[in-house]
Amino acid sequence: MPMRKVMKGNEAAAWAAKLAKPKVVAAFPITPSTLVPEKISEFVADGEMDAEFIKVESEHSAISACVGASAAGVRTFTATASQGLALMHEILFIAAGMRLPIVMAIGNRALSAPINIWNDWQDTISERDTGWIQFYAENNQEALDLILIAFKVAEDERVLLPAMVGFDAFILTHTVEPVEIPDQEVVDEFLGEYVPKHAYLDPARPITQGALGFPAHYMEARYTVWEAMENARKVIKEAFDEFEKKFGRRYHMIEEYKTDDAEIILLTMGSLAGTLKEFVDKKREEGVKIGAAKMTVYRPFPIEELRALAKKAKVLAILEKDISFGIGGAVFADASRALVNEKEKPIMLDFIIGLGGRDVTFDQLEEVVAISKKALEGEKVEEVNWIGLRKEIL
Amino acid sequence: MVPLEEVKKMELPADVKKKLTLPFEEHFYAGHTACQGCGAALGLRYVLKAYGGKAIFTIPACCSTIIAGPWPYSALNAPLFHTAFETTGAVISGIEAALKAKGYKVKGEDGIMVVGWAGDGGTADIGLQALSGFLERGHDALYIMYDNEAYMNTGIQRSSSTPYGAWTTNTPGGKKHFLEQRPKKKVIDIVIAHKPAYAATASVAYPEDFMKKLKKAQTIKGPAFIQLFAPCPTGWRAPTDKTIELARLAVQTAYFPLFEYENGKYKINMPSPNKEPKPIEEFIKLQGRFKYMTKEDIEILQEWVLREWDELKKKAEIFG
Amino acid sequence: MAESPFKADIERVQKEYSEKMTPGAIVYIPGSSVVNKTGGWRVFMPQFNREKCIRCFMCYTLCPEPAIYLDEESYPVFDYDYCKGCGICANECPTKAIEMVRESK
Repeated sequence: MPMRKVMKGNEAAAWAAKLAKPKVVAAFPITPSTLVPEKISEFVADGEMDAEFIKVESEHSAISACVGASAAGVRTFTATASQGLALMHEILFIAAGMRLPIVMAIGNRALSAPINIWNDWQDTISERDTGWIQFYAENNQEALDLILIAFKVAEDERVLLPAMVGFDAFILTHTVEPVEIPDQEVVDEFLGEYVPKHAYLDPARPITQGALGFPAHYMEARYTVWEAMENARKVIKEAFDEFEKKFGRRYHMIEEYKTDDAEIILLTMGSLAGTLKEFVDKKREEGVKIGAAKMTVYRPFPIEELRALAKKAKVLAILEKDISFGIGGAVFADASRALVNEKEKPIMLDFIIGLGGRDVTFDQLEEVVAISKKALEGEKVEEVNWIGLRKEIL
Repeated sequence: MVPLEEVKKMELPADVKKKLTLPFEEHFYAGHTACQGCGAALGLRYVLKAYGGKAIFTIPACCSTIIAGPWPYSALNAPLFHTAFETTGAVISGIEAALKAKGYKVKGEDGIMVVGWAGDGGTADIGLQALSGFLERGHDALYIMYDNEAYMNTGIQRSSSTPYGAWTTNTPGGKKHFLEQRPKKKVIDIVIAHKPAYAATASVAYPEDFMKKLKKAQTIKGPAFIQLFAPCPTGWRAPTDKTIELARLAVQTAYFPLFEYENGKYKINMPSPNKEPKPIEEFIKLQGRFKYMTKEDIEILQEWVLREWDELKKKAEIFG
Repeated sequence: MAESPFKADIERVQKEYSEKMTPGAIVYIPGSSVVNKTGGWRVFMPQFNREKCIRCFMCYTLCPEPAIYLDEESYPVFDYDYCKGCGICANECPTKAIEMVRESK
């Protein structure tokens, strides 16, 4: 029987790791993720988890050790956030290029400067081009479930790419919620054992991984990563189906809420989706035709699902906790790519919101709706809007 | 993929085998793209001979990336993992942990050797942190730093392992006398400060000694480190046939003495501590990289060599 | 004369060699570098005088390629397919049984 426990998001991630039975975990402490490896250390110390825990001297070495371990053919897990993820940056490309299915939990946190330990998605968003699959969790249950799903997808022969699961700093990492812990036997059935066919180092198998790629071969090597990421769309959906069958919880690439007759659809990721649902309920009572949608998978980008969603809306308002300076939000840019050649598409607006742990309030969401309504009525509005800025101190 | 058993082995008469100081089996293949007279390539050949089909190699971005070969080529008959410049220590830690988790025997007579093979830049500079982590955590692996005293792969820039007075492309020497002004960093001392299971210096000119050290690194439990002196004729502006002569002179002048650190004890192998080492001029005169040195520069280098040599002798006396 | 130890390997590599991209760009053929004949780099070539050779194996031991193997009587054989002509063997030969001569092409 699945067990229900009240726990923090970080603990849920550690539980997911325990259930997935990685053979090697290498991690370095960083706020707000520290509790994940801490909890795993406890599991290992108590003999509840049979893994080699490498207490590395930096995040760069954490991911490098994971890359080495994964290349040696074992299931591998790590956790980090923010500056730690940024420090891992160059190795993230190596993990993906070598097709090593490492799974990483991220407590989504802002990047310096100024130094800030609170939530936004700048850390993972900045790694969108590395070849890692990206999931975003709305709550602690999703954090646990998506880590299990991440292993399933990453290790699939058709994919073989690393995956990261983001859950918002403090809002989830440090907040307790009831979480259902699945039965070990069912997780074992769901995941199976990781048996690598390509990348594994063994003295009896003298292969070379990561050799220099000349211009005559480099592009083809990169193309296979592109192909793998394209394959991941199908594999993720299969994994969602199987997960539902085994555990009873349903996941979608994009989850919709009251979108069917909506004129304005608010699209976001992570824990903000919970706030948006409440807000939508309130606005519906006021008679506003509004809906919300949550992107669970950001890489591969759910292009088809977004096109289907866009067909329902007159205004697609994207609320995102990240900024790509000089263009706008990254999700907005990606969504634009998905819709650019659609014959009919909604007005698309970008809202940069909740950076560095700024609370997202209903007042701010009212502002989003007000701007969206203006656009709906044909008024000219800014495409990229910073919401909740304290203009008085600027 | 070819099973190891099928790899060509040439049978030699027993007396010849005995005379040979190295295992005869070849696991390093010709056709690699090292420069002529490359000390690092020779060193790699020795390591492959020593561990045969029992080692997993990790090589960061360095000359050896090129030497090992671009896709789909490999000069090694051994599993090889190419990694980023600064990560050798961390990657071998991960490989070792994974092998242990899989239940494989690591190190020891019949265990798997996890070998990191990195240059002086990748070890003494950018990879120092990962090296320190590897040593401090006590992984059962071997880290070999092949020391050619500069960033050769990028085109001869100084590293912290470049000696005083050397020309490199970013210590070019000019009107204001701007050759390398800092003495060679003693990485081995930093390594020994971690109290590893085994640390040693070795030289490509002394393969027998190197083989013995590789054997020790294999049998002693815990982290092992070998700093292998590997001349680079290209970067040192030296004739390609002088690689071994230079490596030998580096030892004979006590510029690069061969010694071991084991169980807290120092042991000098070469040159003899009882004899006066050869003057440093003999080492430097064969190399174009030292040709801008003045008489005073040479004196400074000579003084440094003897001071370091004295220090080592004292260590060997006290902790012998 | 004995055969180059790499002769069989060349055949093996040529048989198995494929340019088809593999997941993670893995190199599956160990020792595949043997198809790259580096002998073309050579300017000076080692010329061997069997009479002077004392079979000390220094040349064999110190060759970085390796492009020196041993024949049935344990005399060195120079593999000119791979010898880059660095001259270490000649420089280290204690009896001067190897001489580097400019190659006429």
